[in-house]
Amino acid sequence: MATQSADFQTLSRRYTADKGFRAFIQKGLSGYYQKRDQNKANFQDWQGARDLAAETKYEAVNHLDKYLLEFEAKITTRGAKVFWAQNAEAARDYILKVAKENNVRSIIKSKTMTSEEIHLNDALEKQGFGVFESDLGEYIVQLRKEAPFHLVFPAMHLTRGQISDLFQKELGSEATDEPEKLTMIARDVMRRKYCEADMGISGTNFAVAETGMISITENEGNARLTTSLPKIHVALLGIEKVLPKLEDLSLFLPMLATAGAGQTMTCYNTMYAGPRQPGEPDGPEQMHVVLLDNRRTELLADAEQRDALGCIRCGACLNVCPIFKNVGGYSYGTTYGGPIGSVITPHLRGLKDWKHLSAASSLCGACTEACPVKIDLHHHLLQNRRNGAKASPSPAEKIAFGGFSLMMGHPALYRFAVVFGRIFQPLQNLVNGTILDPLRAWTGSRKFPTLAPQSFHEQWKKDRGSKP
Amino acid sequence: MTGGRAIILGRIREALRNNPAPRPHTSHSQSEAAADHNGHAQREWLPKVGETLPERIDLFAKISEGLTTEFHRVSTITAARELLVKLATESDWKKIASHSHDDTDALLEGIGLPIVRTEKGYAIDDLESCDAGVTGCEVLVAQTGGVMVSVESAGGRALSVLPPHHVVIARTSQMVPDLTAAFEHVKLKYGTQFPSFISFITGPSRTGDIERILVLGAHGPKRLTVILLDE
Ligand code: SF4
Repeated sequence: MATQSADFQTLSRRYTADKGFRAFIQKGLSGYYQKRDQNKANFQDWQGARDLAAETKYEAVNHLDKYLLEFEAKITTRGAKVFWAQNAEAARDYILKVAKENNVRSIIKSKTMTSEEIHLNDALEKQGFGVFESDLGEYIVQLRKEAPFHLVFPAMHLTRGQISDLFQKELGSEATDEPEKLTMIARDVMRRKYCEADMGISGTNFAVAETGMISITENEGNARLTTSLPKIHVALLGIEKVLPKLEDLSLFLPMLATAGAGQTMTCYNTMYAGPRQPGEPDGPEQMHVVLLDNRRTELLADAEQRDALGCIRCGACLNVCPIFKNVGGYSYGTTYGGPIGSVITPHLRGLKDWKHLSAASSLCGACTEACPVKIDLHHHLLQNRRNGAKASPSPAEKIAFGGFSLMMGHPALYRFAVVFGRIFQPLQNLVNGTILDPLRAWTGSRKFPTLAPQSFHEQWKKDRGSKP
Repeated sequence: MTGGRAIILGRIREALRNNPAPRPHTSHSQSEAAADHNGHAQREWLPKVGETLPERIDLFAKISEGLTTEFHRVSTITAARELLVKLATESDWKKIASHSHDDTDALLEGIGLPIVRTEKGYAIDDLESCDAGVTGCEVLVAQTGGVMVSVESAGGRALSVLPPHHVVIARTSQMVPDLTAAFEHVKLKYGTQFPSFISFITGPSRTGDIERILVLGAHGPKRLTVILLDE
């Protein structure tokens, strides 16, 4: 068994058994459901908006080369540098090079899952750069040396007590159980960092081809400070994030806010068209846009699942997923968790090691229904299962299904199996689910229905067989 | 350092050429609407906005309340000034920041506080130590309760986010119905020469990162005041 799969089983078992933890996650999400529904109801037609969002992403993703080139040309004329990174290493090396060439000492970051994907912090720290996450949740998990628990709510697994302990230990602050005070502690620490940092690294929510802009969505203001005060701005951008027109944002910004956090609009939605322009009073002297492939083109080549590139990373599918709510974010062992992570990780990091995530689904379809861009998530999970089985069929399953089809194709064999079953079922019942049960992996949590004393076929023969 | 531009573009083209993807299943027949991208298709689905100015102002006021944006309507610049003086006294402002602009200049006349002006450059620490930032804006967005700012209309990138209290002055003619209209406004005003920074500010800075409990003033302003001047 692949180690990733074994890790998933161990961790998910541990988290699922922790009832308190599950209740804590549920409670954290309860306010979200309510506010999301209120905001959806404000739309004239949420379903119509989803259709249009899906159509717009379809257009963008299926003409990706055209829109990326338009974006590149436009933002380059504004003085930004665009670097096309084929993989994580190329992206890291480029950012390191920029940092070294400019004698950067201190780096401030705003939330970017793409940087988690390429393990940027590690690479920067190994080269001696101080890196500070400025988003409150990201800062908390950075201090704990953990990865984000959730795409949008990185520290939702921690209680205020744990955060207070952490701040006491790492920052020497006073103990408090008030979220407000804890937030202010982080605010004060970060203020100094913004003013000192000479490089700011951000993610990107959308890129606009028509105008050559990147758009960043946030609530705290940390991304705005990260992109205003340091003299260099580096923006990481997955190649799939480009939209054709500026006005497309008037659909995507409120949809992201509603699906992601149950807000009408996220507090700050900022469009950047290059570094500081002549005559402008502030802003970075340099802006670098790192366009990242990192096997997104593998997903693009899979026409069946291409729509998954339309993902706006809102996290809505995680919030409604019965698996995510029980196993939590860390069980997945991936940068992108929840349903969307289970769909795309096999493409980004290999089917063999990550196909087990697609098996961890009840296929209830809650994710597909929640997705603002209508990605057919639960069918993609099913397709991953099929692809996984095709690529490396399991011998046991092959024998089992071979036997099954043989039996079903031969009435005599079938009748024999039924008689055999009737004799042995009571014996199996004695050991059901115990260590002696050869079928315990399946019967441990399920009960096999008792075989009827007489099959339909036998009854028919007895009652009707003699009649004309 | 050479990037993987040609390789990535090649991979994209190959992926797209070989495999056409099925169109998304949509219940509405709007493929054409999306395909021609006239930028207005979304108005049909997004939250409704009233036709008249008073309706729009009411909507903005209602959403502001939910966001804890402090929204004030005044009929004269003198009344706006009085409001600002009241804020300054209540919160004991020692120093404020602003930028030269018709409405901000008029608003700050006689305020009697040291003012850091950002439009010609400033020292970060000087701005950081201000108690409030007073700016103009591009437009107000009725649909979302948002304030659209830019380098040009808000004195740069940081003035509207670094000081702990952001005060915006706007005129009723700046009230637009929705985000689409706000984008049309900047396209009309700037052509292709956009400022390098344009932002929708929707309420004071906030976070829910600790137990999903709302806290205002995470890194940006704890308070946002919008003063709407009737014309
Ligand atoms: S797949 Fe859809 S619901 Fe899930 S994060 Fe992406 S956009 Fe949101």
